[in-house]
Amino acid sequence: MKAAAAARSPWRDPVIWLAVPAIVYLLVLYALPLLWLLTKSFIGPGGFTLRPYIDFFADPFNWRVVWNTLGIALWVTLACLIVGYPAAFALARAGAALQIAMLIAIILPLSIGVVVKAFAWQIVLRRDGVVSQLLVAVGIWDEPQRLLFTEPGLVLGAANIFLPFMILPIYSVVKLIDPRLLEAGATLGAAPLYRFVKIMVPLTLPGVVSGVAFVFSMSVSMYVVPSLLIGDRFQTLSTLTGRSFLFMRNEQLGSTTAVILLAMAVGVVVGSTWLARRLGGST
Amino acid sequence: MTLTEQLGRAIMWIAAIFTVVFLMTPLLVTVAVSFGSSSVFTLPPPDWSTRWYERLTNARGLWPSLLTSIQIAAFSTVVALVLGTLCAIALVRGRFPGRDSIATFLISPLMLPGLVIGIAMLQGFKALGLREAYSSLMIAHVIITLPYVVRTVLAALSLFDFSLIDAARTLGCSYPTAILRVLVPSLGPAFLTSGMFAFLASMDNYPISIFFTDAWTKTLPIQMLQYVEENPDPTIAAISSGLVLLAILALVVGDRLVGLRKLADF
Repeated sequence: MKAAAAARSPWRDPVIWLAVPAIVYLLVLYALPLLWLLTKSFIGPGGFTLRPYIDFFADPFNWRVVWNTLGIALWVTLACLIVGYPAAFALARAGAALQIAMLIAIILPLSIGVVVKAFAWQIVLRRDGVVSQLLVAVGIWDEPQRLLFTEPGLVLGAANIFLPFMILPIYSVVKLIDPRLLEAGATLGAAPLYRFVKIMVPLTLPGVVSGVAFVFSMSVSMYVVPSLLIGDRFQTLSTLTGRSFLFMRNEQLGSTTAVILLAMAVGVVVGSTWLARRLGGST
Repeated sequence: MTLTEQLGRAIMWIAAIFTVVFLMTPLLVTVAVSFGSSSVFTLPPPDWSTRWYERLTNARGLWPSLLTSIQIAAFSTVVALVLGTLCAIALVRGRFPGRDSIATFLISPLMLPGLVIGIAMLQGFKALGLREAYSSLMIAHVIITLPYVVRTVLAALSLFDFSLIDAARTLGCSYPTAILRVLVPSLGPAFLTSGMFAFLASMDNYPISIFFTDAWTKTLPIQMLQYVEENPDPTIAAISSGLVLLAILALVVGDRLVGLRKLADF
């Protein structure tokens, strides 16, 4: 009866008013400013214009910046996926002791600031740092090298900081999978690899999609990590946006790069939601 | 067990051990450096010393910025808990169109670049005539903390049996009392985890805060980054180790109250 009354006019249902404060807060202080930033970037002295974007993409340096951003984000996401996918399985299947060790190793860094972790990676990636010492000891490198302020160093540091965001969504899917599904596959004569690819992988895809979306969008927009691990030599859209507003006082350039960054992030969110819904519907 | 299965297991365990070592490395390195005597981060340290901790007492600007960060994080977390819970109740109980879109909208600040949100909000606040750093930071940080609350409380509420509230009312509770005595206690774990992560996210935020700080009002991450850039010595490692200790305490408390596995729910 209540539902029927509400269907006639949703505003009759008093519970809806509980949502109003939060929505108004976000609308006024967050959504409208974002829309304003977006709109303003398309308005020139004579009305609607694409001039800032045409100018931006006419400069080969800016193309480098876009490729830097996407390239680093891709490498970081790939690294996180390669380590995180099997690690999520291990987390779901491990015995109590290893599971607790893994949970601590995953959750503890999440509660520690990114400035702290990026600073730690400045130490780890030095010429006499842990990674360099390890690679020399194993024999991969003949002599110690500096990884700080290089692209591989940035990928390593960023992958470290974002890895939990890959493991946790995959883990949340893996732990719900009934292990008897694989046994059923075995009874029906499927080989192990075939079982994994045909049964396990499709079931974990929703987790993979959300993990990839998290890590990719965070790597595209990271600011503190590249500032500390690679410096001004290597610009990404995010660092260029920050620099144009904070140091160069070039609001025009900053707004343009901010909108491009925003478009990428929205693209990732919309794309991953669409994919997740499709995957959810098919399984 | 066939060879392929053994190989699969081996990959799984190697990834697990690598993950633990890899994720703990920055924390262990920070703590080791902070107790070392070397000022150039030599590892392993030539000798142990607590001199970087002694320097903390007179580190310029550190304690005020820590205080500012704690105040802003506490305020914005409380506001977010109230606004977010009310909104989550409406989204779960209400029968109006577009509830999924509203939920996505409320969680969206988590998924958009902080720097872009910061720039947009800076211009928005200017248009509203808000220029004071401290209050700007407080208002802005609610946008950071709200998504954590909405996400977790929404998930917890959708599992809550609302007929319990009707039961309490049949037994003579008024509606607000029923909410306070039945709903709020059963949402306790959700409040705790979301509040904790919201608080930490606010404490940690750099890309939004940077647009609202001035020479007198700085949050901890901004003060720390300035330190790293100006005089990179292990004093920063000592501060960081303090934060690691705080995070360990938070984790222990969280484990005691809701359990480690629950904290990993995403």
